[in-house]
Amino acid sequence: MTAPGEHGNPKELDRFRLEVREWLEANCPESQRKPVTPGEQYWGGRRGSFASEDARLWFERMRDKGWVAPEWPREYGGGGLTAREAKVLAEELKRIKARRPIIGLGLWMLGPALLEYGNEEQKQRHLRAIVNGEVRWCQGYSEPGAGSDLASLQCRAEDRGDHFLVNGSKIWTTQADKCDWIFCLVRTDPDAKKQEGISFLLIDMDDPGVTTTPIELISGESEFCQTFFDNVRVPRENLVGELNKGWSVAKALLVHERKLMSEIGSDAPREVLVPNAAARQYLDFDNGRIADGELRNRVAEYDMLMQAIGLTHFRTFEEKVAGVRSAAPLIMKYVGTEAEKTKSELLLDIMGSSGIGWEGEDFSAIELDTTRQWAASYAMTIAGGTSEIQLNVIAKNVLELPQS
Amino acid sequence: MPLVLNEEQRMLRDSARDFLSSHAPVAALRKLRDTRDPLGYAPDLWRQMAEMGWSSIILPEQYGGLDFGFTGLGVVLEECGRTLAASPLFASAVLGASTLLLGGSEAQKESLLPAIAGGELTLALALEESHHHHPTGIDTRAELRGDNYIINGGKCFVLDGHSADKLVVVARSAGESGDREGLTLLLVARETPGVTVRRAVMADSRSAANISFDDVTVPAADVIGEPGSGWGVLEPVLDRGRVAIAAEMMGLALECFDRTIAYLKEREQFGVRIGSFQSLQHRAAIIQAEIELCRSVLLQALGSVDASPEQLPMLASLAKARLNELVKLVTNEAVQMHGGIGLTDELDIGLFLKRARVTRQVLGNTGYHKDRYATLCGY
Repeated sequence: MTAPGEHGNPKELDRFRLEVREWLEANCPESQRKPVTPGEQYWGGRRGSFASEDARLWFERMRDKGWVAPEWPREYGGGGLTAREAKVLAEELKRIKARRPIIGLGLWMLGPALLEYGNEEQKQRHLRAIVNGEVRWCQGYSEPGAGSDLASLQCRAEDRGDHFLVNGSKIWTTQADKCDWIFCLVRTDPDAKKQEGISFLLIDMDDPGVTTTPIELISGESEFCQTFFDNVRVPRENLVGELNKGWSVAKALLVHERKLMSEIGSDAPREVLVPNAAARQYLDFDNGRIADGELRNRVAEYDMLMQAIGLTHFRTFEEKVAGVRSAAPLIMKYVGTEAEKTKSELLLDIMGSSGIGWEGEDFSAIELDTTRQWAASYAMTIAGGTSEIQLNVIAKNVLELPQS
Repeated sequence: MPLVLNEEQRMLRDSARDFLSSHAPVAALRKLRDTRDPLGYAPDLWRQMAEMGWSSIILPEQYGGLDFGFTGLGVVLEECGRTLAASPLFASAVLGASTLLLGGSEAQKESLLPAIAGGELTLALALEESHHHHPTGIDTRAELRGDNYIINGGKCFVLDGHSADKLVVVARSAGESGDREGLTLLLVARETPGVTVRRAVMADSRSAANISFDDVTVPAADVIGEPGSGWGVLEPVLDRGRVAIAAEMMGLALECFDRTIAYLKEREQFGVRIGSFQSLQHRAAIIQAEIELCRSVLLQALGSVDASPEQLPMLASLAKARLNELVKLVTNEAVQMHGGIGLTDELDIGLFLKRARVTRQVLGNTGYHKDRYATLCGY
């Protein structure tokens, strides 16, 4: 295999693609090449388990290859691939419909932030544990009194020299009841101006004083939790970045979160219903056209929007490689999540009464899932910065409009 | 297809912007309007555009062209949109030249394309017959009599038709209105007996002719492509036109939006600059998001003309539909955000508003292209 990192020209990339293809052919079990159900997905962590022996094998092979985190440096368990190589790998994985061997916030959010802001010891300790699936992470940002106005957060971490004493609570901690560690924004200087007294702390959820309660949502799911901290002692070595400078770490991390959310739906290797396929199943056709003109119009509008979004994702990648700056990355969370909501609403209308069942035998699993997904879609434009906050960011950072 | 301009294309954009801002600013359109200029564009400007190669940008070198590709054309048209520069570039160098390029015989190409490239010969596409884009809705008849075709019928919304030297007439030699089969494209000199051209002045101060054909005699040698099989040439020509006009629309949207943002940063009410109001910020940010989506769609559509024509029909409809909606949104918000001054003729915003309305009707409104996209998707 060619040493990673040296593929710039198209010929080299083609060779790399062939190598990837061959390796995947030999190493990705057949069973891991079809859509994954939510229950089958491996998230890692102390309580994580594999849905099958094949899932374990697939994860271990990808882990050993470094392709669980293709772009991370090899010394931390990554693959050391360039952006273009990682794209080739992603395309090849998508081509064979390969499941993701492991997913989670450690891989998507904390890892990239640690690579940028963590010290050597933190990188050695936490990055490898993420890649190896040993630790499952959740995020502690929002508080009951600090949502869109995140910088007003109150969860207190008192500097006690060799440790911090943490008191307060975090809300919307996604799947915190299944996680091992939480990365948190905490207030370390109550007297400083809003953003300036905040630090970024890593907290072991097995520590005494940490408790987590699930919150039931309109979707019937309880994937969000509230996590409480009662005199929790956190060793000083778990501070990421400088004391009182956690806001910049958080901002970098938010960028990863928003990018992630904007991509949801565009590459989900799980079985999901898309409007034009649902239309064939649930709507009458007349001369090859959807007979309901209003719905036909909305399906076309949705497909056109998704093609435009897909092309814009592609453009942001091209611009990144070419070193061109544009506003495109900053609009993706807003347009991507709004589109996801549009899709959910459209699916319900296409499916009619089959799209509004809640439970039982009268509806197929995918119908029930679609209804739940619709109810869950409302979180998309709220979590990770509401649509309104996204528009504020565009107005300020792209259009440079005066701030009140 | 790269979605980022290369260095040559960026240089072309910069030089086009420099040239147009000094030689064809919005004030130039205003002057053409106020003097009721009979031609509707400045011949000097058109000559200079031709000298710079803009009129030959998509043509192969063998016909005197620059062979710079459709993306290069898009770059130039976008800049023309920014200053609302009036010229036969779209009607002649895009629609006219593409018809000959895709459908013309070698003899036709050799005799006409170099003159189009040089700007000495201008063409216009005589297609529409009703107030809505309906490229198969052709009732104008072309009847073969001996070695000639006899044309009878009427055309409307022929962009730059009053000034073009020759018309590409879409006529029917067989079948009925609505059929794709039976269409024949003919090259007709505007001065031919029986051709009556009435100039229609449009809201954007540019011209679109209404033309009637009464027993117009055209030699059969002036048919472009196969008689009765004109659709095979016409459809890709229209798609090129849709992408090209979309590029111009992008330019007008960007310029109008830039001017509006500048106004939000300077206008004060209630003791603060109005751009600090969140209701205006969010509406502006939504426009920015739409612009970013349109940018990607436009680049892909432009690139597909040369690189992957099989994708062109879908991308052309996607681009035209989205740009139709973008220019409406931007120009409406521009007037509203400017407030009272936005209603005045003195401010240029009204000129962008009007140009937007005309371009929206060129080669298909949003409904037309949504319907076409759905059909191409198979539903």
